[in-house]
Amino acid sequence: MAQALAKTDVVMIGFGWVGAMMGQELTDAGLNVVALERGSWRDTPTDFATTFAQDELRYYWRHELFERLNHETLTFRNNDGQTALPMRHLGSFLPGSNVGGSGVHWNGQVWRFLPSDFLAKSHNLSRYGKSAVPDDMTIQDWGVTYDDLEPYYDKFEYLCGVSGKAGNLKGQIIPGGDPFEGPRSRDYPNPPLDMPYAPMLFAKAAADMGRHPFPHPAANVSRPYTNPLGVQLAQCTYCGFCEKYGCGNYSKSTAQTTILPVLMRKPNFTLRTRSEVRRIELSPDGKTATGVTYVDAQGRELFQPADLVILCAYALENVRMLLLSDVGKPYDPNTGEGLVGKNYAYQITSSVNVFYDDKILNPFIGAGALGMMCNDFNGDNFDHTGLGFIGGGYVGLMQTGARPIETHPTPDGTPTWGAGWKRAVAKNYLRATTISTHGAVMSHKQNHLDLDPTYKDALGRPLLRMSFDFTDNEHKMSDYLTDRAAEMGRAMNPREIKVNKRKGSYDIVPYQTTHNTGGAIMGTSPRDSVLNTYLQSWDVPNLFVPGANAFPQNPGYNPTGTVAALTFRCADAIKSHYLKAPGQPLVHA
Amino acid sequence: MRRAPPALAFLCLLAAGALASAAPQAPPNGAPQEAPPAAGPAPGADLVARGKYLATLGDCTGCHTRPGGAPYEGGLGLGSPFGTIYTANITSDPKVGIGSWSADQFWRALHEGRRNDGAHLYPAFPYPYFTHVTREDSDALRAYLLSVPASSYRPPANKLIFPVNIRGAMAIWNALFFRAEPFTGRADQSAEWNRGAYIVTGLGHCGACHTPKNMLQADSRSKPLQGGKIENWFAPDLDGSPRGLASWSRDDIVEFLKTGRNARSNGGASMAAVLVHSTTQMTDEDRRDIAVYLKSLPPSDAPASRGAAQDVMAQGGAVYRDECSACHGVNGAGEPRLFPALRNDANVQQRDPTTMVRYILTGSQTASSAARPTAFTMPAFSWKLNDREVAAVATYVRNSFGNNAQPVSASEVANLRHKVAAHPIQKELPAAEQR
Amino acid sequence: MSERPISRRRMLAAGAVLSASGVTGAIADDLTGNGVPFKPNSATFPQAADISGGYNFFSQAEAAFIEAACARMIPKDDLGPGAVEAGVPIFLDRQLGGEFGAGARWYMNGPWPKGEKTQGYQSRFTPAQMYRAAIKDIDDACAHAHNAPFHQIAADQQDAFLKGLESGSTSLPNADSKAVFTMFLQNVIEGFFSDPIYGGNRDMAGWKLIGFSGARYDQRPYVLAYNKPYPLPPVGISGRPGWTREG
Repeated sequence: MAQALAKTDVVMIGFGWVGAMMGQELTDAGLNVVALERGSWRDTPTDFATTFAQDELRYYWRHELFERLNHETLTFRNNDGQTALPMRHLGSFLPGSNVGGSGVHWNGQVWRFLPSDFLAKSHNLSRYGKSAVPDDMTIQDWGVTYDDLEPYYDKFEYLCGVSGKAGNLKGQIIPGGDPFEGPRSRDYPNPPLDMPYAPMLFAKAAADMGRHPFPHPAANVSRPYTNPLGVQLAQCTYCGFCEKYGCGNYSKSTAQTTILPVLMRKPNFTLRTRSEVRRIELSPDGKTATGVTYVDAQGRELFQPADLVILCAYALENVRMLLLSDVGKPYDPNTGEGLVGKNYAYQITSSVNVFYDDKILNPFIGAGALGMMCNDFNGDNFDHTGLGFIGGGYVGLMQTGARPIETHPTPDGTPTWGAGWKRAVAKNYLRATTISTHGAVMSHKQNHLDLDPTYKDALGRPLLRMSFDFTDNEHKMSDYLTDRAAEMGRAMNPREIKVNKRKGSYDIVPYQTTHNTGGAIMGTSPRDSVLNTYLQSWDVPNLFVPGANAFPQNPGYNPTGTVAALTFRCADAIKSHYLKAPGQPLVHA
Repeated sequence: MRRAPPALAFLCLLAAGALASAAPQAPPNGAPQEAPPAAGPAPGADLVARGKYLATLGDCTGCHTRPGGAPYEGGLGLGSPFGTIYTANITSDPKVGIGSWSADQFWRALHEGRRNDGAHLYPAFPYPYFTHVTREDSDALRAYLLSVPASSYRPPANKLIFPVNIRGAMAIWNALFFRAEPFTGRADQSAEWNRGAYIVTGLGHCGACHTPKNMLQADSRSKPLQGGKIENWFAPDLDGSPRGLASWSRDDIVEFLKTGRNARSNGGASMAAVLVHSTTQMTDEDRRDIAVYLKSLPPSDAPASRGAAQDVMAQGGAVYRDECSACHGVNGAGEPRLFPALRNDANVQQRDPTTMVRYILTGSQTASSAARPTAFTMPAFSWKLNDREVAAVATYVRNSFGNNAQPVSASEVANLRHKVAAHPIQKELPAAEQR
Repeated sequence: MSERPISRRRMLAAGAVLSASGVTGAIADDLTGNGVPFKPNSATFPQAADISGGYNFFSQAEAAFIEAACARMIPKDDLGPGAVEAGVPIFLDRQLGGEFGAGARWYMNGPWPKGEKTQGYQSRFTPAQMYRAAIKDIDDACAHAHNAPFHQIAADQQDAFLKGLESGSTSLPNADSKAVFTMFLQNVIEGFFSDPIYGGNRDMAGWKLIGFSGARYDQRPYVLAYNKPYPLPPVGISGRPGWTREG
């Protein structure tokens, strides 16, 4: 029997980006907030200091900052005809663990989705007709618009000190920025990062072809910055160890570098680390969360009662916690019944390597969101008539730091080892660069999450089971993007290019992106969503589930900006409305 | 004991004191010798509030609240060459606190360094500074402390070597080094200067760390605020010398005291608690007055540096470029209010490099304040750099960017590494395995 | 007292022992109102390999295979040292004898049905067990085909054998040959390009081969130096020669 602790106003499950944002907002409202984090405390000077953070083996290949799969993993299959098997080591995506979550090892790529992305179904139906959305493509509108989220996007960008160049200021198109973006109320808080040679070569070629290149919006700050909370960040030093690494230099925006210096000072905030939540406890009628049961660092089982429960873990873990806690009805793709686990989506990526003889690119100089990008083929920025797919993605040249175990591109025809491989790596390392594409994944009837019947985690609970494959829509779209990228690569006048299309079924082994979305999606009705547009559970109104789990489908951009905007909107709704009528739904079904 | 020489010296002095027993000393349980007029009416809210602010000025909580303890219940161990002294419980508890102390007794503690029973206090309680506190301030401070909830916690007994463990021995120390005297002020100086001097030399007890000590841990009165070594730190020179605050403006000082950092330096380490509990909580006027006073201090003589060897500078420069320059800048300019400048920096150029070397070995967290919440932290290098490399980079920094100070030796680094328990790497290796 | 001659790698390795005994991780699990915690002199610094004393994990026979195979994977040539000269065999030995070899972070619970390729690694072997089983199988296969273990056959025969493993055309009785080869190739590249503290990339040979700048933390002066050679020598976590001698 779990020992019951004193009640708190709010208990949060997980303490990454979302937990820090919610903690900051809700303590500002005067609430007592307890955050339960299964991992440990960690911070810049002790856990990813400049003295040792630039260590490719330890951090990327030995996964030190990531989730430990011996504790918990998931099982995977491409479709219901296969038996799902455990992901035994990390590969395709890299969820985090410990304080700061995946936000510690992200790149800092901060995007806003397109206005049309939030109307994925209605927009495509009206522009391309009924056939554009096949029956088994289960996309839907979000229930919020770009305009609803604009103030919250802005808030996150200023929290992070995003470095970038506006392309659309209140409807006015600004040269040098992204002309396709939705209108923004003001420019980015910091100017773009200094741009290395390779992205400039790409930008010139792209512009010559009539594309619209612009600097990637980066949460790697281009100059010393003090955010609205008074927290300071230092200028990025382009060390090339962002993605998969912690920043030793206080330059990458994370919970640690933007919020915790303020939040950790507050007497009404408590962080309990090494505290793993087993389940959300419900009242007998199942309509109220009474708190959470967790296991602490000493192995004791404790019950933390709370008026409000916020599930702020990684998107996949949020879905699993709902399933483990019997909140909502699990989705069954065969009957179409149930909603928890529905509309899992991902990202489809590809690349084109570009090899020069006469240009030294020093590709190890880099930052997580350093590059020149084109959104000419993202979302519905181009006419899809006759293309056989909807959606799109960005095409860009990013210089994130060529750590050599991971990045040593070789041309077509190079052996994979031996003297020929060695010669090709030595010849090309400093003179090669890579154009990436990053495409949307539409939700699909068969792609879903549920609990695995066989495999268990270290606490004896069922693992999450992922059933996922790319569909025709993704392959056609990604091939289209890759062809555009190859055109741009050739226009850069290299010696040669190498095209790396994404072929075949989704493979969980090679790293692609940590952009797992859906499974507990938002919407305007409990008939087709788990959460209302404030990320409040339809079934349990004192439970909120902010995260990428809320995305009904995954657009062609990185998700963090939108996760943050939805989270701030959720926090605002709790502060402005929910607290006036606690326990009540913010939207009536 | 490692620090036998001072103790032996003290024994000799004690013997001398016994011989010269004619010196007049207060009787152990006697009444205060010259009690000023007692305070007036019962303490009101104003008096308590004023006392609370005075406790802030004096950073009473810095020593009298131990980590995890209730406010002012004491129990913090203070190291000294003579052993460990545990701070007293100064809550309103009548038995273990000061609840039963009269206003006269409280004032006598500040003014003369005596307990309520007349026994001598140790100067770890900085009565050589508090003796300057006015009777009015003493009464207000007492009123505040009596409003603090009583705690019955009893701090551990002191662990001191003979003869320092005999409180009566302090009579001799007092005779040699202490004069009970009120703050007099100077008519030829401004009101701001006088207020600043009253804080710095009184409740603020800045010299307790920043003034050099003699062998018996008494202030070198001739060298006020010229930098002092305390508990394996070296508190930098605060006077007008180039190795002190010569390059700081009055506004720089005010900003430092208010926010914990300024464009030149970040406050951290043992100064962090003073910043957090005291100076950031002061009024703007008091911070300004402190700055006025400090900026009036004349420069002291700097010992000439004997210069650094070229190969050491080359090695230190290589380490600096690879390990330090990302934050502190290739030119030592740092990044204002984020990463401290090393150019013209006081800590870097002290005659005793203890603090700088300790920063390199163990790292240091900048104080977090409401104005500047980010606690930028220098990481520890003890696991990474050996003694020779630490010495080389410290020497390089002390003699680059216009800095000038004595080179640091590897043995100095080794000595400090041992004292601050920064990865005693050498100990872990059986001799046979050394290569 | 301070100047005992100790190799830096040994120094880091000794530090790692301290880390296991609690120098780090001393932050409380319950934090309220005191700001961001920090304990001086704490760091989760890397656990460097102690490269003294020869092989710990590999038997003599296994080491003979590893050295021979490494010499084929990244040979020594006119461009510079190969995998053997760069210390990759010792790197592999220390990795397989440590957390990686034990699959300490991997999910290793059964059942263990054969999976699809897209489902990734599904062997019940840890990496250490996989290497053990595979090396024995390989030497057995070579003995069968050539009457000699792998390290004694000709270089072109060795290459042919490795290609057979890579393509899957050569199968092994106790381990999936493609999985074995994939892991081996990956680990050899890791050993050639990882920080020298782990025992490979000796004298930063891998980094020097390609021009990687190593564990540098400030590249600001070089971002806009278009088409210019990078001016600084590589540096590892444990430093570079300039730290100990002039230059």
